[in-house]
Amino acid sequence: MAVEVRVPAILQSVVGGQKVLRVEGRTVGEILDRLDQEFPGVKKLLLDEDGQVRRHINIYLNDEDIRFLQRLETPARDGDIISILPALAGGGIHALR
Amino acid sequence: MKMPVRVYIGTPLRRFTGNLARVEVEARDVAEALDRLSARFPGLRAELFDEAGQLRRYVNVYVNNQEIEDLAGPNTQVRDGDEIAVVPALAGGADGAPAAPAREKLVRLTPEQVIRYSRHMIMPEIGGTGQRKLLSSSVLVIGAGGLGAPAILYLAAAGVGRIGVVDFDVVDLSNLQRQVIHTTDAIGRPKVESARDTVRRINPDVEVVPYNTALTSANALDIIKDYDVVLNGSDNFPTRYLVNDACVFLRKPLVDASVFKFDAQVTVFLPGQGCYRCLYPAPPPPGAVPNCAEAGVFGVVTGLVGAIQATEVIKLILELGESLAGRLLLIDTLAMDFRTVKLRRNPNCPVCGDNPTITQLIDYEAFCGVPVLAQS
Ligand SMILES: [Zn+2]
Repeated sequence: MAVEVRVPAILQSVVGGQKVLRVEGRTVGEILDRLDQEFPGVKKLLLDEDGQVRRHINIYLNDEDIRFLQRLETPARDGDIISILPALAGGGIHALR
Repeated sequence: MKMPVRVYIGTPLRRFTGNLARVEVEARDVAEALDRLSARFPGLRAELFDEAGQLRRYVNVYVNNQEIEDLAGPNTQVRDGDEIAVVPALAGGADGAPAAPAREKLVRLTPEQVIRYSRHMIMPEIGGTGQRKLLSSSVLVIGAGGLGAPAILYLAAAGVGRIGVVDFDVVDLSNLQRQVIHTTDAIGRPKVESARDTVRRINPDVEVVPYNTALTSANALDIIKDYDVVLNGSDNFPTRYLVNDACVFLRKPLVDASVFKFDAQVTVFLPGQGCYRCLYPAPPPPGAVPNCAEAGVFGVVTGLVGAIQATEVIKLILELGESLAGRLLLIDTLAMDFRTVKLRRNPNCPVCGDNPTITQLIDYEAFCGVPVLAQS
């Protein structure tokens, strides 16, 4: 089951500068595991110590937030799109330091 | 003699006409046409007429783009080929929609204004009533920076009567790559003053209220309460959460956006339908997200997104179409890809949930672990 994972600009540096990745896996969690094997550290950026998606990050399967599906257990099918959406602050010059 | 005339049905009324936008009826005058229309689509009658059979005050009727108020009212004669447009000015205080000013409070247009706004007014969806509504409306723009600059320009050009602008910063040379409301000779001047002066030259109908201050927990409610809609062009998390919470408490529609390099996210939060905390319950830890000065920002993206925000604000004021409420618009300008994902209200949201735990403004610097720096 190959799923398309869309990586936001803010995280592309940790996946070798790629914007779209094709990853195999039956659930969103499994796909993140695969991703982490290839690019160690990805999971730590997305999940907290309890293995939950960090609160400033949303993971979507197609157009639905996985929080409203089965979270990391959400099954993924061939052709599905997983989008990672971190909170962005910007608009101008000042932001978080 | 009875003539076949076309009746254009405003979007909110189409649920009574089986989604038909245009209906043909035979009639001698407007009153007869509306009567025929109501006979054919029974649900419409109560929408168009009050108990006494008078046309409801918030229903605007046009014949060939002229308001019947300015013609012979319901007795306006119609002829073969004429088009009558029936457009409700407000949906009856739909949840979250800004309160439409009562007709008697709406300004009368001067001949110059009729020309200035003619491209708006010729559209039955806006018309004279819509334009007067814009002139009677007020919008607060947080930040006269990358997003606020283009948004203010379009809101001003469109004739939004009062635009509040909150920003404590001064114009810097490095702003001019994207903050198109400011000019080279404004460098060093407060952004709110520079924005006000530019707006004056674009449209003297518009009053700009400058707030040359940081938005804080101490002043936010006081500033925001006087406006119909809030447009968020802030660039930092403390202000983003502050504006969100204040808008939830004051039940103000919030048109929100953020930009990072070539990407952007845009949405609309309507009272009772979710908020920024439903989307992102907490900010990233300090240092996790680089700022625009570190990462850069593609100037024209802020123009695109600010214009989208202005579009959503004007749609809310005019109650036109479907807002981005309930959807998050994701823009990738390198791929020129636009798509939306669903947003839902979180019943456990600490601010807008069923049992809110935050019921007044808090210390947002502490909440985000950083000081509130700027709104631009
Ligand atoms: Zn909420």
